[in-house]
Amino acid sequence: MATTIADDLRPMHHPKTWVGKYVWSQDHKVIAIQYGVTAIAIGLVALVLSVLMRLQLGFPGLFPWIQPENYLQYVSMHGMIMVVYLLTALLLGGFGNYMIPLMIGARDMVFPFVNMLSYWIYLLSVLVLVSGFFVPGGPTGAGWTLYPPQAISEGTPGNQWGIVTMLGSLAIFIIAFTMGGLNYVTTVLQARTRGMTLMRMPLTVWGIFIASIMGLLAFPALFVAAIMMLLDHLLGSSFFMPAMMTMGQESNTQGGSPLLFQHLFWFFGHPEVYIVALPAFGIVSDLISVHARKNIFGYRMMVWAIVIIGGLSFLVWAHHMYVSGMNPYFGFFFATSTLIIAIPTAIKVYNWLLTLWRGDIHLRVPMLFAIAFLFTFIHGGLTGLFLGNVSVDVPLSDTFFVVGHFHMVMGVSPILVIFGAIYHWYPKITGRMWNETLGQVHFWVTFLGVYAVYLPMHYLGILGVPRRYYALGETSFIPESAHLANEAISVAAIIVFAAQFLFFYNMIWNLLRGPKADPNPWGAASLEWQTPQTPPGHGNWGPHLPTVYRWAYDYSVPHASRDFIPQNEPPSAEAPSEEAAL
Amino acid sequence: MSLISRLAEKSWENPGIAEYREPDSYRPAAATVGVYVYFGVATVIFTLIAAAYLVRMGIPSAVDHGTGEDWSPMPEPPLLWINTGILVLSSLAWEAATRASRRDDVTRMRSMVMAGNALGVLFLVGQVLLWWHYQTAGYYLSANPANAFFYLLTAIHGLHLAGGIFAGGRTLGQMAMRADGQRICRNVRLCTIYWHYLLAVWLLLAALLVVT
Repeated sequence: MATTIADDLRPMHHPKTWVGKYVWSQDHKVIAIQYGVTAIAIGLVALVLSVLMRLQLGFPGLFPWIQPENYLQYVSMHGMIMVVYLLTALLLGGFGNYMIPLMIGARDMVFPFVNMLSYWIYLLSVLVLVSGFFVPGGPTGAGWTLYPPQAISEGTPGNQWGIVTMLGSLAIFIIAFTMGGLNYVTTVLQARTRGMTLMRMPLTVWGIFIASIMGLLAFPALFVAAIMMLLDHLLGSSFFMPAMMTMGQESNTQGGSPLLFQHLFWFFGHPEVYIVALPAFGIVSDLISVHARKNIFGYRMMVWAIVIIGGLSFLVWAHHMYVSGMNPYFGFFFATSTLIIAIPTAIKVYNWLLTLWRGDIHLRVPMLFAIAFLFTFIHGGLTGLFLGNVSVDVPLSDTFFVVGHFHMVMGVSPILVIFGAIYHWYPKITGRMWNETLGQVHFWVTFLGVYAVYLPMHYLGILGVPRRYYALGETSFIPESAHLANEAISVAAIIVFAAQFLFFYNMIWNLLRGPKADPNPWGAASLEWQTPQTPPGHGNWGPHLPTVYRWAYDYSVPHASRDFIPQNEPPSAEAPSEEAAL
Repeated sequence: MSLISRLAEKSWENPGIAEYREPDSYRPAAATVGVYVYFGVATVIFTLIAAAYLVRMGIPSAVDHGTGEDWSPMPEPPLLWINTGILVLSSLAWEAATRASRRDDVTRMRSMVMAGNALGVLFLVGQVLLWWHYQTAGYYLSANPANAFFYLLTAIHGLHLAGGIFAGGRTLGQMAMRADGQRICRNVRLCTIYWHYLLAVWLLLAALLVVT
């Protein structure tokens, strides 16, 4: 499309009014910020819910207004909001929108109107989700997995209206995501500037690109499951609902298969882990390379690993269902495929470490978050190997070990990357610089705090402390130390929660009053740092699109005049030095 | 250059631009790429519903937990075949429009686009009549899982076709406003591909409903 890949600026829709520029905007950067702000706002709701959960678990009985049904509602809403409405939306809708056109040298997404529509439909999905708090009975308390029959049966909180708002919101979100995802994939395939080959793209774009393809193929499973459960609930069909007795009454459903829902849910649910992880992998690769002043180690292998992880993630979904009952051969297959994923993942981890090895490491705040990600991801990945084995998973299933594992691997790890990415790109996005000291304090409290929260959960899980329980009560196999650990976890969680306000203060205050940022404060080689204006103007590149001459990782090139060579710098500019090298 | 050789490129070697052409000179239009990417999404949706259909009806080899004791197939009224015929004609009309666009025969292209779209609308009307026929005969959605799957599949297919009709209508609007001819021809070709895709999906779904 001419607007995104050509030098002709006439077809671009230059906004003339404030509303056109900031509200109904078709500019990918504005849409990215809209996505980001909305995702963080709803993420804050989920964060507050997690604090409420921790208050109850750490100090049971101290807060009488938290009733068992409220606790289950907090668990359910927290999980779904964090996974779908925060992480997916922020990494793909936020960073995907902002970074893809800038990093590949395009003026915008290829379908700007659809892109705008995607955001507004996403916002609608968030509003429908939030409406669940205000309907009779409150939001669903079925757990974030929404398993039928309990999700729509009598006795489960929010089984009348809450589940409807949740399923409806998910269906709307998936429509929004499909619009966005089509844009991201097509833009990468179609709108790369001259010289930007697939293998010259930064790994951030690779991560978002493959995650978008995965999202386009995985979200339909959740869409189908949500629609079918809505029909079961509202129109009395029996896709998932078996014959059963509810409150002494025989239900009018029969023959439905709850396991069918589980298969559909996890066919989406497991790839979803990587839909969140792959953009984080890509971003962290770029942060490490830039702040270690060293080219990424094994670039090709990193790209292939992203593609292979994306493919394999569709073959492992039933490892979430070991305790649901399955043929032992299926269990063997899914355990094997799960463990195989560890190979490309380990390749990535080794390559990150080897990039750091003998690098000129600058321990700025974005780099601290990137290195912290390595800790939490290795930690969460290794506990994933435990849970991937059927025989180990069965006793640990539905315990706090699982909670500790998945929060480390797909909660904390991507969130740390998101923080690192915000600190890294903030100067480009806003044109201002944040406060280093506040950033450092935010980092250390968050990093040490999340370890204080999630490490003890593994211990609780090995003791057999079950998840999703409102209160443990007098349970003989749970020692006093577990109660003490729960209190400590809750205190740590509250401290981590409070520390996030330092981040918001740092970002908002410096947006208004912060010092002007250098257009390329980190000396990064990728294209988004080479825009003629900071923040980039409408159309990104001025009158002419950039031409790309090299990959995005030319750092510390021997005998080059600077310690980085931008992607759009022609070889001739460096020629004398390169000749000198010979 | 094949995809494998693109992914094998050693991009850290040989910085330069000489071997790379202007992207405009060889890449297909974004809309074309977008439609093909969307086919992937739609295919997953229909495949998953078809898989759920097979599991729910209780084919033992499909998955070990198939149930299906309560499964009772729906009858096949003649309207099902009439609607299928209308969709085939609609797809043929779009094909004729594409061929006319290649010959720069604007008049025939316009009439065929109108015919393709009108037949698409007629197909949707026929599907609604089919629903009404089943409803009056007592085949309610809640009465049987086979019924529920029929309504679900036809609704999602119908919504996809409604999207196609919207795109077709937009193309007609562009013709009326004498927009860029190249763009109109491209849109006609995309609508044609989309229609063929939905016809293929419908034939497979109809076969699934009839055979089972």
